Amino acid sequence: MLSRTADNLYWLARYMERADYLARVVDVTRRIAHLPRAYGGQASEWDSALISSGAEETFAETGRTADESAVICFLTFDERNPSSIRNCMELARTNARAVRTALTHEMWESINSGWLEIRRFDARRNADGLLSAEDLTAFLDLVKQVSTQFDGSAYRNMLRNDAYWFSRLGLYIERADNTARILDVKYHVLLPEVETVGGSLDYFQWTSILRAVSALTAYHWVYRQSIKPWLVADLLILRPEMPRSLISCYENISRFLDQIGKAYGRQGLAQRQSRQLYARLEQARIDGIFQAGLHEFITGFIEDNNRIGGRIAEQYLV
Amino acid sequence: MSGASGDVRACYERLARWLESTPADLLSSRRRQAELLFRRIGITFAVYGDKEATERLIPFDILPRILSRSEWDRLERGLIQRVRALNMFLADVYGAREILRAGVVPTDLVYRNPGYRPEMAGRRVPHDVYVHIAGIDVIRVDEEDFYVLEDNARTPSGVSYMLENREVMMRLFPELFSMHRVAPVENYPDSLLATLRSVAPPGAAGDPTAVLLTPGQFNSAYYEHSFLADKLGVELVEGRDLFVADDVVFMRTTEGPRRVDVIYRRIDDDFLDPLAFRPDSALGVPGLMQAYQAGAVTLCNAVGTGVADDKAIYTYMPEVVRFYLGEEPILKNVPTWRCREPEALAYVLDHLDELVVKEVNGSGGYGMLVGPHAARAEIEAFRAKLTRDPDNFIAQPTLSLSTVPTSFDSGVAPRHVDLRPFVLCGSDGVRVVPGGLTRVAMKEGSLVVNSSQGGGTKDTWVLDDPEG
Repeated sequence: MLSRTADNLYWLARYMERADYLARVVDVTRRIAHLPRAYGGQASEWDSALISSGAEETFAETGRTADESAVICFLTFDERNPSSIRNCMELARTNARAVRTALTHEMWESINSGWLEIRRFDARRNADGLLSAEDLTAFLDLVKQVSTQFDGSAYRNMLRNDAYWFSRLGLYIERADNTARILDVKYHVLLPEVETVGGSLDYFQWTSILRAVSALTAYHWVYRQSIKPWLVADLLILRPEMPRSLISCYENISRFLDQIGKAYGRQGLAQRQSRQLYARLEQARIDGIFQAGLHEFITGFIEDNNRIGGRIAEQYLV
Repeated sequence: MSGASGDVRACYERLARWLESTPADLLSSRRRQAELLFRRIGITFAVYGDKEATERLIPFDILPRILSRSEWDRLERGLIQRVRALNMFLADVYGAREILRAGVVPTDLVYRNPGYRPEMAGRRVPHDVYVHIAGIDVIRVDEEDFYVLEDNARTPSGVSYMLENREVMMRLFPELFSMHRVAPVENYPDSLLATLRSVAPPGAAGDPTAVLLTPGQFNSAYYEHSFLADKLGVELVEGRDLFVADDVVFMRTTEGPRRVDVIYRRIDDDFLDPLAFRPDSALGVPGLMQAYQAGAVTLCNAVGTGVADDKAIYTYMPEVVRFYLGEEPILKNVPTWRCREPEALAYVLDHLDELVVKEVNGSGGYGMLVGPHAARAEIEAFRAKLTRDPDNFIAQPTLSLSTVPTSFDSGVAPRHVDLRPFVLCGSDGVRVVPGGLTRVAMKEGSLVVNSSQGGGTKDTWVLDDPEG
């Protein structure tokens, strides 16, 4: 297939996944920031939301204070934020439009009609650039719904060939990055020494991490016990059955890269490095990660993931 | 729809009866459904210079335009004749130049024509086919004859509307399709692919690779490009996806470079190759012309076909048909005054309020004067333009274009239509699917059907058996 087509498919999936993640972050942050202070509710939650979306620098350039309305506006619709939900959806659609022939009818329809809806929300914003609370909830739901629909129709209808594999690679590279980022922002609340006897203020922090990657229910099914910070880390890093865990992302990335390598009859650095990272995750234990330093582990992972994304681009997309 | 006597013509009888028995609100609701379908499929059309509506729907009218099989057969014979003549004309103009030496077409109309490409002179193209895809705009003014309004021999567009209009109609009006035997058009992409593969350069592999070259997604016809590439099962490439090495064209793929044999290009000559034509073009492929001239790749349509389809050459087409084929043209030309001829110019200047005056190289309905609908000041402004540069204009009478029933919120009313059938010409013969793009002037009394000027489209039906 054309390198440009592969590139468009890869980024289409990345932007979709990013929009979905941002919608979850806004949703969760709103939830925890509105808690009474005694339950851990703090205004600084909006700073964390910016950091875990990788938007803190572009936000700083606007000169605004990171309060609720400023951050929500920035993450949802702001034109100055290249990664606002609106911009992600627009970029996803632009990429989709460039490769309409490689998409199924349903995939295109889900993006296109989703985009038309988003433009309707865009037009309903008030003078401060904000949606009403009710509209905001509906908007975030819509974004999650569009990405689910898109993902579902890709899974159900796409031929299992390179077009599908590149699109999946985009999704899992982005997802791995997102999960790692939220862990990175919140790692301090997951460190064991922070836990205090008799219930922790951080309980709501932990659940909000789980919610951001839609894993709260999954946690209970997997561990069948109350929420422990090291188990939250275990779930999001090492549990293969958890679809947003780092290990699950890398199981997929390695698999799809293998399939591409087999179909093209050639392996490269992307295949080798992703297999290595996957093997490292398979051998890791959560206590070992904590001993060596959770923060160091996560930042190392984010760098490795970026590097592998770069290798995929060099090998196939240009 | 009606004949000269006012009776409903036979092929419209069933539709007329159906319309009588169909409540107006049903038509309204189907019209809304059609709009919704088109928007969801994403068939849009960009209008240059219109910032608000970079993606706009072309109005679609839900009532079909109907032709009987015998009308179509005659039209098809005329189309094939016309396209054969166009191809022979081009091979001659870039080859032996017999028609110029015989004095049938004035030499300066060819050599000073902006569509003439000196780079092509003295070269042959694969299989001697220049125009592989032609869109011939025809109208009818009476029950007998079709008139050619314009030949489109460069990169005619609109075929996606022919195909999508039919799909939407079949979804909206199954009952009408069960009442009529409508000839299918869905095999157009197969015919196009067969045509493209048939003209691969003689040195190409047994299974030639064809691609569709688009200027990109900001082009007004991008939807059509992606639609066709999909139906053809070929890659939709942009200039940056292709490169030329040792006079061979390759595309960049995830598996490395892959050789390209046939390029269905939807880019104008000027933008094809910055080394040969406009150096500022970022849309083209450096070195493409050299590969083309070396015979390593086929461009569809060929470079330089513009010399055959402008409005000045158009006026000579009946003579061109006679010259090469020794036959009388089956399709007539609209009577045309060539303003380059002094007597014609004098007549045109005296009758500006009755005539349609067009720029020789204009297209898309821009830069034309429709005398009967123009304000005084507009006519005077045009008179000045015309006097300054008469060579650049032709004039035609305002014809009583046929009308076809068209559905509006206020009811069904007649509107003027034209028709663009698509003619495919390969090394293995000529293919025409029974149908085409019917364009309709949505404004009452208007004669301008171009989509950039508010024109709409209709599905076009060729009825296989009027009794069926």
